[in-house]
Amino acid sequence: MPVNGKSLVFDFIDKKVAVSPSARVLLQILNIFGAHLKYGVGIQGLAWMKRKLVLVGNGMAGVRTLEELLKLEEADVYEISVFGSEPHPNYNRIMLSPVLAGEKTIDDIVLNSRDWYRENGITLYSGESVVEIDRVRREVRTESGIRTSYDRLLIATGSTPFIIPVPGSDLEGVIGFRDIADVETMLDAAHHHTKAVVIGGGLLGLEAANGLMKRGMEVTVVHLMDRLMERQLDDPAAAMLKQSLQAAGMKFLMEAQTTEILGDERVTGVKFADGTRIDAGLVVMAVGIRPNIALAQQAGIYCERGILVNDTMQTFDPSIYAVGECVQHRNTCYGLVAPLFEQARVCANHLAQLGYGRYEGSVTSTKLKVTGIDLFSAGEFNQSDGDETLVLQDAAHGLYRKLVIRDNRIKGAVMYGDTMDGSWYFQLLRDATDISAFRKTLLFGQHELGDAGHGDARILSLPDSAEVCGCNGVCKGEVVDAIVKKGLFTLEEVRAHTKASSSCGSCTGLVEVLLASTVGEGYAATPSKKALCTCTEHSHDEVIDAIRKHRLQSMDAVRSMLAWKTPDGCASCRPALNYYLLAAWPGEYRDDAQSRFINERAHGNIQKDGSYSVVPRMFGGLCTPDELRAIADVADKFKVPEIKVTGGQRIDMFGVKKEDLPAMWRDLNAAGLVSGHAYGKAMRTCKTCVGSEWCRFGTQDSTGLGVKLEQLTWGSWMPHKFKLAVSGCPRNCAEATIKDFGVVCVDSGYELHVGGNGGIKVRVTDLLTKVASEQEVLEYCAAFIQLYREEAHYLERTAPWLERVGLNHIKQRLLEDEAGRRALVERFRTSQHFAQIDPWRERAEGLEANEFTPIRLAQFSKVSVGA
Amino acid sequence: MSEWIKVVELNQIPVLGARVVRTEAMDIALFRGSDDRVFAVRDACPHKNGPLSQGIMHGHSVTCPLHNWKIDLTSGEALGPDEGCTNVFPVRVEEGMVLLQLTTNVAAA
Repeated sequence: MPVNGKSLVFDFIDKKVAVSPSARVLLQILNIFGAHLKYGVGIQGLAWMKRKLVLVGNGMAGVRTLEELLKLEEADVYEISVFGSEPHPNYNRIMLSPVLAGEKTIDDIVLNSRDWYRENGITLYSGESVVEIDRVRREVRTESGIRTSYDRLLIATGSTPFIIPVPGSDLEGVIGFRDIADVETMLDAAHHHTKAVVIGGGLLGLEAANGLMKRGMEVTVVHLMDRLMERQLDDPAAAMLKQSLQAAGMKFLMEAQTTEILGDERVTGVKFADGTRIDAGLVVMAVGIRPNIALAQQAGIYCERGILVNDTMQTFDPSIYAVGECVQHRNTCYGLVAPLFEQARVCANHLAQLGYGRYEGSVTSTKLKVTGIDLFSAGEFNQSDGDETLVLQDAAHGLYRKLVIRDNRIKGAVMYGDTMDGSWYFQLLRDATDISAFRKTLLFGQHELGDAGHGDARILSLPDSAEVCGCNGVCKGEVVDAIVKKGLFTLEEVRAHTKASSSCGSCTGLVEVLLASTVGEGYAATPSKKALCTCTEHSHDEVIDAIRKHRLQSMDAVRSMLAWKTPDGCASCRPALNYYLLAAWPGEYRDDAQSRFINERAHGNIQKDGSYSVVPRMFGGLCTPDELRAIADVADKFKVPEIKVTGGQRIDMFGVKKEDLPAMWRDLNAAGLVSGHAYGKAMRTCKTCVGSEWCRFGTQDSTGLGVKLEQLTWGSWMPHKFKLAVSGCPRNCAEATIKDFGVVCVDSGYELHVGGNGGIKVRVTDLLTKVASEQEVLEYCAAFIQLYREEAHYLERTAPWLERVGLNHIKQRLLEDEAGRRALVERFRTSQHFAQIDPWRERAEGLEANEFTPIRLAQFSKVSVGA
Repeated sequence: MSEWIKVVELNQIPVLGARVVRTEAMDIALFRGSDDRVFAVRDACPHKNGPLSQGIMHGHSVTCPLHNWKIDLTSGEALGPDEGCTNVFPVRVEEGMVLLQLTTNVAAA
């Protein structure tokens, strides 16, 4: 663990430099051990021994780091002080544009009120600029002479607007656009002056110009280049943007170089290189920002354009960290807010001495916050050698969309008009997804991939009462309200607070659009590497690899090897780990019932009243009169309130009491019926049509083949549910082309289709191949299932898995690599050897009896609450 | 009156699992942590009365099987942004036996 090792070394350095009282040395020794314990036990509660953490810069990046730190138990070792030059508590700087435009008030954009600092025991010095860092004494000094010592210092001084050094740039009424004071100056100017000039036609300049225009000023945007937002937009998109802004009344002066700001005391106008002049009572310079590094430089901390930090956000002084716009990381300075959040999380982990998590840089996207204009840009949009571009342009509808493709991967996206799919393209870009399989429809958006009706691009123009999340009944107004009032920035946060998009997930696109339009570019899309759950930093793939590579055979081994943050995981990672271990070590790993969702523990589907449903397996949908009689008999005997025929061609008995399940299964077993696994992330059913046996169109024995497929695959645990079907002819009555594995029989053989599903997003299968014999169907089916079992993420159905890895990858593994295919089949057979045991029979015979047996305390006729 | 009553042997509750105690008034869920600490809460999620005993336990909390609310078993309070509370009952372990303190009210029967 190199990172832990590093913090160990630094702690020794601490002792050499600082003349510490013995208590502090003791604490540091405790901390060294604490860093290696899972929970920094023994340190908490010792308030008098707390270490001092000082934050310089009360802005979004610094305070976000504190928020992340406070979420960790280890945060308790710190006594925290915050210094901010502005007289305000932390506010959402990216929302200044809507405040200027009069769409929001300053109170709306406060992220952490003074109460928040108080409640978390943080001392806030607002309106206090730190002017010196004394690294030898380890203290900071403010303008008014306050001195505070630190054990750890966090610099988050942000950036300052670049003011072009032309004559007159220091006149009254010449400002940048950075903080609340600037907004106040602009609002004041709007009262007393009529004309404003904004220098800079980038994101910030256009937002400032739009706001000033909304406040009644006549605004001219002066831009050095011939194209607006030239770093984000290509020519057509920039032209469309300019046209809409002009239509709204904004004036433009392109390719104009400012040479002088005119006026005596206050600005009166601007002069350009070609000699022209325009009048202005206010000049806003928005030509770029410079990282604020003066304080760090003065303290001798190594800086280039920004303060240099490593992947743990540590500066060259090991007790000083830095985050936000003031840092330079891997040669990049970020001016957008989304990367800051990733930095904040990593930095907090290291401040807490947890020793894991690295910041590896961010890919950013841009959205312009001008009401009525929908603009999205991400990645590289200028074509270079070897690139291809896909363009969709509909001038009449104000629609433009360009994707730059290199090696079948999206390198950049520019969208104007409808930006609904921006977050999807951005995801494909960051994941470097191979788009060749759906390239034909890529430009038309995710919708074209079979999104079943959700995702109305007009969401932004809909009223607050429009329903966004159909599962949880959440309206647009509630989502926007929660984002604004609770200061939410990520999809996960919106899900936790509103429940929108937290069930089936089909409205995720809508929620992301609302998030992006409400908080602008601050919206943090799913991080580039998605952790398995909040207990770990590791992704699904990293966990799967580690299990195989290090031969990890228990959940404890996985959690300890990969430095899990929780002792026994959570309801998300436990079932995932249990599955991964089961799939990797069939016969060796012992299934952990307590890590399974209740349906798989009780082998029935829990219903909303706590009762269960029972679905016996009917191979290929076939059944006998005796089996039907047995089902009718148990339904009578156990007073089943409702019976329904399922879409998977079997019979579902609802409303069964949990304690009745084993007895009911015993009766069903006696008639030869076994568990249908209708409750599991497992092989479910194989739907069939009647086939050549009876049907006048049937080309093959689809029913017989379905029975064979079900016999081969039943009992298999999967990353998600898995359905099969066999249709006897291309009329496809068994709907084989929306199944995970579907067979369509034709006269000359069998077409094999994979990766389809009904459900939230209907997805039609892709054709894998065509084979000639039933034997081959069975072989390819087994190989496909095993590949899915080994490679897919837990809770990922075949459709998203296939889209993620690409059909070509699957074809290569199954069609081109014959030996590999045979090996997959062999591994599947080994796994099935251990899996094909009827769970109902085992439990009917007494296994896990406690699960189904309540403890009765009948003599207590009344139990009072809170006894 | 309230009294401590023997309910079940500790080893009859699975580690990180639960047993249901059925009384005439309500079901009570008995949980056993990986540290062998035992918790007793009313077997009903404050959200929509989901049976907490059927959820997945982790640390000293449980995730409800119906809609994934997380409940702190020491306080009965919902965790995270969710708000709500289920009842908690005093419970202790003595010589491998789990004891639950309940109020009995025979007169009201």
